[in-house]
Amino acid sequence: MRVMVILKTTPEIEKENPVPDPKLMDEMGKFNEELIKAGIVLAMDGLRPSSNGARVKFSGNSRTVIDGPFTEAKELIAGFWIWQVKSLEEAIEWVKRVPADDTEIEIRQIGEMEDFAPVLSEEEIEYKKAKRAELPNQTVNQ
Amino acid sequence: MSATDLHRTIEAVWHIESARVIAGLTRLTRDVGLAEDLAQEALLAALEQWPQSGVPDNPAAWLTATAKRRAIDLFRRNAVAARKHEELGRDLATLEQTVPDLTSTLDDPIGDDLLRLVFISCHPVLSTESRTALTLRLLGGLTTPEIARAFLAPEATIAQRIVRAKRTLAEKRIPFEVPRGAELAARLSSVLEVIYLIFNEGYFATAGDDLIRPTLCEDALRLGRILAELTPQEPEVHGLVALMEIQASRTRARVGPGGEPILLLDQNRAHWDFLLIRRGLAAIDRAHTINSTRGPYLLQAEIAACHARARTPSETDWPRIVSLYTELVHLTPSPVIELNRAVAVSMASGPQAGLALVDALVSEPSLARYHLLPSVRADLLYKLGRQAEARRQFELAASLTQNTRERVLLLTRAASCKTPPG
Repeated sequence: MRVMVILKTTPEIEKENPVPDPKLMDEMGKFNEELIKAGIVLAMDGLRPSSNGARVKFSGNSRTVIDGPFTEAKELIAGFWIWQVKSLEEAIEWVKRVPADDTEIEIRQIGEMEDFAPVLSEEEIEYKKAKRAELPNQTVNQ
Repeated sequence: MSATDLHRTIEAVWHIESARVIAGLTRLTRDVGLAEDLAQEALLAALEQWPQSGVPDNPAAWLTATAKRRAIDLFRRNAVAARKHEELGRDLATLEQTVPDLTSTLDDPIGDDLLRLVFISCHPVLSTESRTALTLRLLGGLTTPEIARAFLAPEATIAQRIVRAKRTLAEKRIPFEVPRGAELAARLSSVLEVIYLIFNEGYFATAGDDLIRPTLCEDALRLGRILAELTPQEPEVHGLVALMEIQASRTRARVGPGGEPILLLDQNRAHWDFLLIRRGLAAIDRAHTINSTRGPYLLQAEIAACHARARTPSETDWPRIVSLYTELVHLTPSPVIELNRAVAVSMASGPQAGLALVDALVSEPSLARYHLLPSVRADLLYKLGRQAEARRQFELAASLTQNTRERVLLLTRAASCKTPPG
C-alpha cells in the first residue's frame, strides 16, 4: 500500500526567508537517507512558505484568487513523502523516527484500484505459468 | 494499545528490521541458519515481553542484543570454542554501552552486512528456487506460509527448501562476504535474476491466485531499491530497478474490464503510473552517470522507457527500440528477442522489412510451438495485403495457443481475412 506522510508547517518555516536549523537539516537528511536505503520512498518534496503560493476559492461560477501567506500555520503543509509500505503500522514506525519536535505528522493511505488482477480460467493460469517459465522476455511487450 | 495493534506493530518492526538483525548476527556467528534462528527467538521474546514493557525506542538494537544473549547461552551450553564466546561477549558489552548509530553513513558496517546477506542468499551453489525462497525469507521478511502462498507451493516444501538451503551454505562453508573483482559480475547477475524472478511471479499474478502474489512486485521493487543503495556503482542494478518500475507502472492499464490482458500498444496510457515511470527514468539516468556500458537489464529498461516516454503509440521512437533490441540480441542471443526486434523493425521500417526477419525465424526449433511467431507473421502478411496467407497463419497461431481468449482473438482475425474467389 502507499501512504502520503504529511509534515505540518511551523512558524519558522513560514517566515519570508526561513533560516534552516543546520542540525535539524542534517538529522532530516540522515533520516531521508535511511528511508531511501530501506527501499520504501516513492517521492518526497518540501514545500516553500505559503507566501510563495496562492489559493483559489470556489463559489458557484465565481473564482476568487487569494495570495499567500496564509495564517493558519498549524494546518499548512510543509512537506510530504509518499512511501510504499506493507501496513499502516509500518508507516507509523517509520514516522516515529522522523527527527521532529512540537509538531504533528499525518499519515494517509493512498487510494488504489481494488482489483487489478485479471480474471482467468484454471487452464489459462496454468498456461501463463508454463509460458512464464520458458520465456521471461515476453514481459517487455506487455 | 490493543493486543492486535501491538502484534501488528511488532510485525511492522520485524518487517523493517529483520534483515539487518539477521545480517549482523550472521557476521557474528558465521552461520546464516543459526543467525536466522536466533533472530526468530528474539522475535518470540519481543512478542512475549513488549506487551508489558512497550515497544523499545530502538527495536533493532533490542532484537540484536536479545539474539546475542541467546547466542551466548547456546555456545555456553554447547561448549563451543571459547574464542567465539569471548567475541560475542565483547560485542554484547559494547552494544549495551552504546546504542548503535543506525543513521551513520560514514562507516556503514550494517550496510556491508546486509549486502553480504544478499549475496549469500543468492549464492549459485543453491538452486534458483532455493535462492528465491531464502531471499524472501531473510531479506523480504516473509514467513514460510507467505512464501508458500506466493509461489503456489505446499508449506512443507518451502520449509524443507529453506532448511536444506541453509544446510548447504553451512556444509559448503560459503563465506559471508561481498564478492570482488571478476567474481562480482557473475554473482551480482545471480542476485538480479532472483529479484526479477520474484517480480515476474507478481507481475503475472491473476485474480485466481492468492492475494499475496501481486504484492511480490512490491517486494521485488523494494529489494531492488535497497540493493541500488548498497551497490550504487552497479549500472545493471539500476537497470533492473528501472525495468521493474516501468513495468509496474502499467499495472492498472494491463487488464480490461472483462479481465482480458491488454497489449502495450492498446493500453490507455492515462492509467499508467507516472510516479513509477519518473522513478524508472531516473534510475536509467543514474545508470548512465556511472559508465556507458549497457547490460541486458538496462537495455530492456531502455526499451520499456521508449514506450513510457511516448504519450501515444504513434509517438513511439521505434528506430531507437530497434537499435536497443539489436544491442540486446547481441548480448543475450535469443529467438524470442529476435522476434521482438522484428516487430520493432516492422513498426520503424514497414511490414516488408519486419517480415523478412520473421521469415528467417520460421525454421528456429525453439519457436516451433510458439504461437506468437505465426501470430506476428500473420499480422505482417495482413498489412501487406497477403490475406490468404495471413488467414492460414492466424489459424496456425490459434491452434498453438492454450489461452482461450487469445484463440478467439486469433480466429476472429483469421475470419476477417478476405480470401480470393476460386
